[in-house]
Amino acid sequence: MKMLRLTLSFALAACAFGQGLDPSLLKKLPTTSWPTYNGDYSGRRFSPLTQINSSNVHQLSLAWASRFSSSNAATGVVIKAMPLLVNGILYFSSPNNVWAVDVRSGRELWHYTYRHNAGSTIGNRGVGMYENWLFVEMPDSQLVSLDASTGKERWKVQIANPKLDYTSTAAPIVVGNHVLVGIGGDHLDNPGFLESHDPETGALQWKWFTTPRKGEPGIETWPDEYAAAHGTGQTWIPGTYDPELNLYYLGTGNPNPVMAEKSRKGDNLYTCTIVALNPDTGKLVWHYQVSPHDVHDWDATETTVLVDGEVDGKPRKLLLQASRNGYFFVLDRTNGQHILTKPFIDTLNWTKGLNAKGQPVPDPAKYPSTDGVLVSPASNGGTNWPPPSYSPQTGLFYVGTNKNFSMYYLTDTDPRPQGWGGVDRPAGNEGGALLAIDYKTGNTVWRHDWPSGNGVVGMLTTAGNLLFTSNGNNFIAFDPKNGKILWHAGLTANPSNAPMTFMVDGKQYVLIAATDTLYAFTMN
Amino acid sequence: MMMTRKWAVALLAAGTACLWAQEPPTPPANPAAAVAGAKEDPAAVARGAQAFGTYCAGCHGPSGRGGPGAPDLVRSLLVLDDEKGILIAPVIRDGRPDKGMPKLNLTEPQISDIVAWLHVQTYAAGHRTTYEFKDVLTGDPAKGKAYFNGAGGCSSCHSPTGDLAGIAAKNDPISLQSRWLLPRSPRRRGGGSSNSANPGSAALTAKVTLPSGETVSGTVEHIDDFTISLRDSKNQFHSFTRNGDTPKVEVHDPIQAHTDLLRKYTDADIHNVTAYLATLK
Repeated sequence: MKMLRLTLSFALAACAFGQGLDPSLLKKLPTTSWPTYNGDYSGRRFSPLTQINSSNVHQLSLAWASRFSSSNAATGVVIKAMPLLVNGILYFSSPNNVWAVDVRSGRELWHYTYRHNAGSTIGNRGVGMYENWLFVEMPDSQLVSLDASTGKERWKVQIANPKLDYTSTAAPIVVGNHVLVGIGGDHLDNPGFLESHDPETGALQWKWFTTPRKGEPGIETWPDEYAAAHGTGQTWIPGTYDPELNLYYLGTGNPNPVMAEKSRKGDNLYTCTIVALNPDTGKLVWHYQVSPHDVHDWDATETTVLVDGEVDGKPRKLLLQASRNGYFFVLDRTNGQHILTKPFIDTLNWTKGLNAKGQPVPDPAKYPSTDGVLVSPASNGGTNWPPPSYSPQTGLFYVGTNKNFSMYYLTDTDPRPQGWGGVDRPAGNEGGALLAIDYKTGNTVWRHDWPSGNGVVGMLTTAGNLLFTSNGNNFIAFDPKNGKILWHAGLTANPSNAPMTFMVDGKQYVLIAATDTLYAFTMN
Repeated sequence: MMMTRKWAVALLAAGTACLWAQEPPTPPANPAAAVAGAKEDPAAVARGAQAFGTYCAGCHGPSGRGGPGAPDLVRSLLVLDDEKGILIAPVIRDGRPDKGMPKLNLTEPQISDIVAWLHVQTYAAGHRTTYEFKDVLTGDPAKGKAYFNGAGGCSSCHSPTGDLAGIAAKNDPISLQSRWLLPRSPRRRGGGSSNSANPGSAALTAKVTLPSGETVSGTVEHIDDFTISLRDSKNQFHSFTRNGDTPKVEVHDPIQAHTDLLRKYTDADIHNVTAYLATLK
């Protein structure tokens, strides 16, 4: 009987495999698949699965652990990618590498290795998928498409000049027949952009520069076109998408020169900004800048989480972001209208308060200086790229945070500063904490202060009344209502991506990567 | 008309170059004879800095970042794209008369030196580990001393004739400021959970009280929500499973006073204390 069931499920899986990704899955809560970076387009990282739940999670145990190696991983394989799960196959990447793995066993189906190159290998956030094609960025700024069945390369297109020190790490997001591709890197003062490629041919469909060009709205927030064109504002974390509004939401990175602001007076749109774009045209529909005139390297790239919630008793389509600058923002995602701004760490010392639109007003006394200024948060922020989660069951937003400080030094006093133009040195840290934030008030409803370790880690919530996250090398399940720890397991290394969950053959799994190893947990 | 204007720019450029050469030798803003990690020969870069200052800086600015009528070379795609002068050298050799850049009749070694200098400029701009700090000693040593002995409370743990004697001789001002603000690696709170990278007096210590009332104290090897491990004064290892508040764990962080000051310092306090400590040679 068991044999027969296995054979049948194998046949079904084999059948399904090769049909590619059903695009309707992208618009549903993730259950038997995880077809895009955050599981679905909303960025909530909330799963409706309940097989693993707060009453049985103490029995959660290992299904398999699988380790990956590569001849092209200079410092060893580090999986920072969010794997995709489609038709029983996991697809994930590390710089220069892509793997396909059987989710039932952790065994490798194929391994694609890219050519050796000089590009930055700081990380790779994952692959995007359209039908049976995969898309992934390589360190030398090539966008590569692979056949998901075989791992064979279909095409590659150059998305940026590799000599310009871009860091090509972003996970492509597929919306309709658009492969949306972002980029990172602020070492030199290169233009930031998001672009869209044709999934079949790789042809460029549109390119949106994150800073305005001559004659475009927003150019008045720069001294001149030259400063705007070199104002950077990168797009290295995938955005979120509302199919009903047909809007793609994205947080943009910091302006350049990063810490030397002399040559870029003004608000510097659209850097450190939450933007809504039409994915068919690449046209900007609305924007809200969370850090006008940033000088502290606080990319506002953190996930823009889409929540259908309530404000003053009325249903609203909302967008939530806990931003690297230490503030939590709530916007109306239909039009960008500001609803709420609240600090989520109480060490912030860089603003003169909020303006009428709820934007922090930077205090010039806290701009980097040659002898140093003490600022909280530190340059790596009150939070950072590890994704938060929102549970509609609790109405709470969960985010990993640090209360940290840096000394910010201006090193480039030239009238035309370039690159970073300054540096920061760590000056102290009051510690990391997991926060559960009520989006209606911005208040922290409960918090868990970690005894040690980095507080900025990724989150997952489920309808089984569970919150999965990590601290040090511990993978941990919390009760999302009250912050009680329900389960943990020590891994061989600190988790390097965020947890995900799905159902296969009637069993729910929770998956997480720690450096070169994927761990799958289930109810055995 | 257009022609006239271009020639005027060229003449002006040539004139400025001449003027530049006649001025007392002004070092470029970024002399960068050697930048850690850059591949170019430091001697060639140093010669290139001189040649650039003489022939190019008049239009492109002393740091090569552009001037009136001439582009920023550090952000130039041509410069960034160049390898071994293949793209840059022809431009220097022939000029760009159509754009107002004169032909300067430089020798091939001069051109190759300028190429080396330009490559170091783009490298330096893109590598912040090579950035040089400016003057950190802007504070008032007397006020720093008063803060040290007064509001800062520093003197309750530290002494200028004891642990801090000669500290300024061992640290340049930026290292001094960084170290006294954060006397150990930030990894204990920021990135890691192990104390092993922070041996010595800055290590965490803890007292563990078991339900029986027995206590164990020592240096923390590791702490998280689930375990705490210590080495006692005899270097014996102890490890305990934590379950909420059992056993009772009291952690003592020897740099807690520094952490507590983070919310209290003004930037002037910090600069004053650094200026004071810099007198402790």
